[in-house]
Amino acid sequence: KNNVNIKEIGPGMAGADSDDSLYPIAVLIDELRNEDVQLRLNSIKKLSTIALALGVERTRTELLPFLTDTIYDEDEVLLALAEQLGNFTMLVGGPEYVHCLLPPLESLATVEETVVRDKAVESLRKISHEHSPVDLEVHFEPLVKRLASGDWFTSRTSACGLFSVCYPRVSSTVKAEIRQHFRTLCSDDTPMVRRAAASKLGEFAKVLELEYVKSDIISLFTALASDEQDSVRLLAVEAGVSIATLLPQEDLEALVMPTLRQAAEDKSWRVRYMVADKFSDLQKAVGPEITKNDLVPAFQNLLKDCEAEVRAAAANKVKEFCENLPEDSRETIIMTHILPCVKELVSDTNQHVKSALASVIMGLSTILGKDNTIEHLLPLFLAQLKDECPEVRLNIISNLDCVNEVIGIRQLSQSLLPAIVELAEDAKWRVRLAIIEYMPLLAGQLGVEFFDEKLNSLCMAWLVDHVYAIREAATCNLMKLVEKFGAEWAQNTIVPKVLGMANDPNYLHRMTTLFCINALSEVCGQEITTKHMLPVVFKMSNDQVANVRFNVAKSLQKIGPVLDSNCLQTEVKPVLEKLASDQDMDVKYFAQEAISGSSTGLFMEKQCALFPLSKKCFRDTWLPKCFVQLFTKQTILLFILTPNLPAEPSCSVYHHLLNLSLGSHI
Amino acid sequence: MEPVPSDWIIKVDGFTRKSVRKAVRQRVCQSSSQFAANSSRPATPEISALPQLKDASSTEQHELFMQKLHQCCVMFDFYDTVTDLKSKETKRATLSELVDYVSTNRGVLVEPVYPEITTMVSTNIFRTLPPSENPDFDPEEDEPTLEASWPHMQLVYEFFLRFLENPDFQPNTAKRYIDQKFVLQLLQLFDSEDPREREFLKTVLHRIYGKFLGLRACVRKQINNIFLRYIYETEHFNGVAELLEILGSIINGFALPLKAEHKQFLMKILIPLHTAKGLALFHAQLAYCVVQFIEKDPTLTEVVVRGLLKFWPKTCSQKEVMFLGEIEEILDVIEPTQFKKIQEPLFKQISKCVASPHFQVAERALYFWNNEYILSLIEENNAKILPIMFGNLYRISKEHWNPTIVALVYNVLKTLMEMNGTLFDELTASYKADRQREKKKEQEREELWRKLDELRLQERIAIQNNRHDIQFTFNNNNNNLQDKNENTAAAVTDRIESDSWAK
Repeated sequence: KNNVNIKEIGPGMAGADSDDSLYPIAVLIDELRNEDVQLRLNSIKKLSTIALALGVERTRTELLPFLTDTIYDEDEVLLALAEQLGNFTMLVGGPEYVHCLLPPLESLATVEETVVRDKAVESLRKISHEHSPVDLEVHFEPLVKRLASGDWFTSRTSACGLFSVCYPRVSSTVKAEIRQHFRTLCSDDTPMVRRAAASKLGEFAKVLELEYVKSDIISLFTALASDEQDSVRLLAVEAGVSIATLLPQEDLEALVMPTLRQAAEDKSWRVRYMVADKFSDLQKAVGPEITKNDLVPAFQNLLKDCEAEVRAAAANKVKEFCENLPEDSRETIIMTHILPCVKELVSDTNQHVKSALASVIMGLSTILGKDNTIEHLLPLFLAQLKDECPEVRLNIISNLDCVNEVIGIRQLSQSLLPAIVELAEDAKWRVRLAIIEYMPLLAGQLGVEFFDEKLNSLCMAWLVDHVYAIREAATCNLMKLVEKFGAEWAQNTIVPKVLGMANDPNYLHRMTTLFCINALSEVCGQEITTKHMLPVVFKMSNDQVANVRFNVAKSLQKIGPVLDSNCLQTEVKPVLEKLASDQDMDVKYFAQEAISGSSTGLFMEKQCALFPLSKKCFRDTWLPKCFVQLFTKQTILLFILTPNLPAEPSCSVYHHLLNLSLGSHI
Repeated sequence: MEPVPSDWIIKVDGFTRKSVRKAVRQRVCQSSSQFAANSSRPATPEISALPQLKDASSTEQHELFMQKLHQCCVMFDFYDTVTDLKSKETKRATLSELVDYVSTNRGVLVEPVYPEITTMVSTNIFRTLPPSENPDFDPEEDEPTLEASWPHMQLVYEFFLRFLENPDFQPNTAKRYIDQKFVLQLLQLFDSEDPREREFLKTVLHRIYGKFLGLRACVRKQINNIFLRYIYETEHFNGVAELLEILGSIINGFALPLKAEHKQFLMKILIPLHTAKGLALFHAQLAYCVVQFIEKDPTLTEVVVRGLLKFWPKTCSQKEVMFLGEIEEILDVIEPTQFKKIQEPLFKQISKCVASPHFQVAERALYFWNNEYILSLIEENNAKILPIMFGNLYRISKEHWNPTIVALVYNVLKTLMEMNGTLFDELTASYKADRQREKKKEQEREELWRKLDELRLQERIAIQNNRHDIQFTFNNNNNNLQDKNENTAAAVTDRIESDSWAK
């Protein structure tokens, strides 16, 4: 009934309205009721505009009641609404009136769809801070209570997330009520609510006075941790960690440890997994004594768990756990308790366990020092370097720097090489890509001779990989190698090979030469560039393939800054001018681009700024992801190709654009 | 205070890490979690065969039966294929004998055996299901992971069924042991990836529902919880189809008038179940349940159809076809008075489906015109339906890419023309004008949006000028320029969208 005013505005849209500013607002409200979901969604997303134009008073008296009434809608619209309302405080007149936002958000907090509900709770939490203490008790807290005693589980679930934001700022009577409500929800009939309560238990404990943590929270925690459903028990683990940080050391043993110990041995692997996953936090929360007495054996068990998921989660924590052990007994504990388990994991039957271990095991060397590393860890590293699973080997190689600091990489070099060679030729291009990225690091650590002898040929082979990403990474890798080994090394080892590829029958390889030159010219310096690279580039300007020719133009633009001005005028410019009159329009374009220099570069950059934005718009609507990429890239191309795009583009331009994106041009 | 992380629900079941779950099956080590609790126990005690029950005197039989039940509580690790072979065989033979014993003999179910039987069954079947071997498990494509200990487990299920079906079976005695907790554990097993196990569970649960009146509400409540978790939290549960099948027969038995609880179940659970990603796996059973409800109480038709329309798939054509199938099933049993209540929104959707560029969707929708009952409903209400359908049909008849669809559309148009020639002619005559009017409306709308954006910018500038007075926490305040770009981009895409698809 409250929205009568707005409904009256609605039909007014067709006729001319005397008040010009009202005209589009009426439309917007009409759009809020549009039959098409997408249009409704668009309008909801611009709700702040409506509110702004209506002014605070009418927003409160007309817009909000209207919104509260239209709560039954598509979830997507509701999600947008829930989000908007979280930022509405100023639009309804500031903190004084913020409670006006509660009714629509309360309804949103009771809908079924989880994302909508969560967003509504998020917004409620946000605006709770804008309530004065009085308003909090008069308006906000009653809402929490209503939600907490709602009929359907959704409202009770939402309530769980709201207790902690109002508790600190209300009177002690209300506090007692809130605690009572939370207690009730922790033993709710539906597991959904218990899960929500369990996931908020830690957060709620943090805002409670210590006496209530001990008297209330502990019993709730114990109950949730022995719930009949493992999905509830596992959430209690996380809460347990938070609670442990709140309690004084002397209470930990009696209040939380029995429950946590039980969780580490729970019959459900999900719960044990959660314990393993939170182990480092747990360790920090309980302190050194309990760690030594309780956590070490528990950790051993998790490393030996019968489920691979649990072992992998525990293996991930090995380094962190060892690092945080009390210093006085760290080495003994690692050597006698942890290392034997780690040794077993190296030959685990599950590759993900091994791979998790491989990603952290190298970190142990800094903790154990040189002698222990050589004696105990090195054999494990070597074993993992020979593992059948590439991910394991890769994880070892990617962490070599830790070992390098302790024992030097030479210890490993004999085993490294076969591992690297094998990864370099792995069938999965992502593996190859990953190993390329470690090349500069390896080269630095292994030294130039070892590199020339063993690895150089690999680096060159990547340049002709059949996957573009690998060729691109290989080019970049060469640049980094030259940065390490110097221009002279480059001139003797890699430049001849790179330039040799300019005569390759495959035009993709010929282009790789150009890409390498782009990357190398600066690090190699003017002399090598002018003397060796430039002639090759010039020669390629006569290539039969247009792609090569326009890349020549691009390359010339790129290496221009390295060359001296005389060379630019007498040699480069004529070549570019020749290309500018090429038959192919792209060659022409890029040649002109190179001649006119950097001004176009700026233009392109500006257009590229559109890229993520337009991508964002598309993502929300109907375009699948890959099409978006294709489309946006082509859009940018079009912007580049039509530098004088009119400010108010005509439709035909966009048709052209659409054709482009569908691949019918270029 | 931190805002609620929006993904906390996902964290509730944080075990979807693909890398780990993609683990290649390594049977030796990845034993079923069933043995986790026992990992530290001494080696499994060897069990030796006891004398046959049929050879025992009737006085000894009872004692021997109890002993055998007890013996069957010893568990064996089936991932380990080498040890305990002899004991495994003994247990298998014993179980098989027990199955025979309870199914053929009368008077063996005396009170003391109830707890023993329940314990034996619980020990053998209740366990935490191991993590799924294949995270992207597609039940339609992939082979399910089968339960390793099936040779024993199958017999245990068999035995339990025979026990429940035994004419001497006394629910009143059994209810002390087969209680709510038992049912809850049983329901959790429906997540098993092994279809053979789920099949047994289905029958077992059905028998329990039939025999234990006191557990019925509890069974329904727990199934609700499973479904709600499936819909809103995990989207993963293997036994949805089986549970729905049981529910189908439960709904069948509901007394009239329907209780509020049952109506709530329909609206809050069955209808939202349609949103699930894996709908294809249980759609037949789900549609059956929905139709059952409508047959029981036709006044539910309107809310059901509106619910389906609310959750109508927007991007998944496969699901759209299923929805159309379900709508047809509903229309098959719909009462004409109910039809009138939903015809407008429903046919707006059908009209959209007919115009779908996906030919299977269009085809499925057009098949409605082959259904004589639906046809009679359309005919009866042609004054309302014809105007809704006409525009899209007319357009599609001219421009759909698929010749089959075009042919079907012609047939439909012909049928409609025969139904109401006058209206048809009117619509044909006004088609062009209508399109133009629509287009004009669209243009007006765009123009208004443009004005609105201008207004918004003005407001912005005004705000910025007054910033020192009013502290706006307007989220885009600092990003005016960027936002403007975004709007332009949005306008561009809108334009492209409307231009390309409208033509």
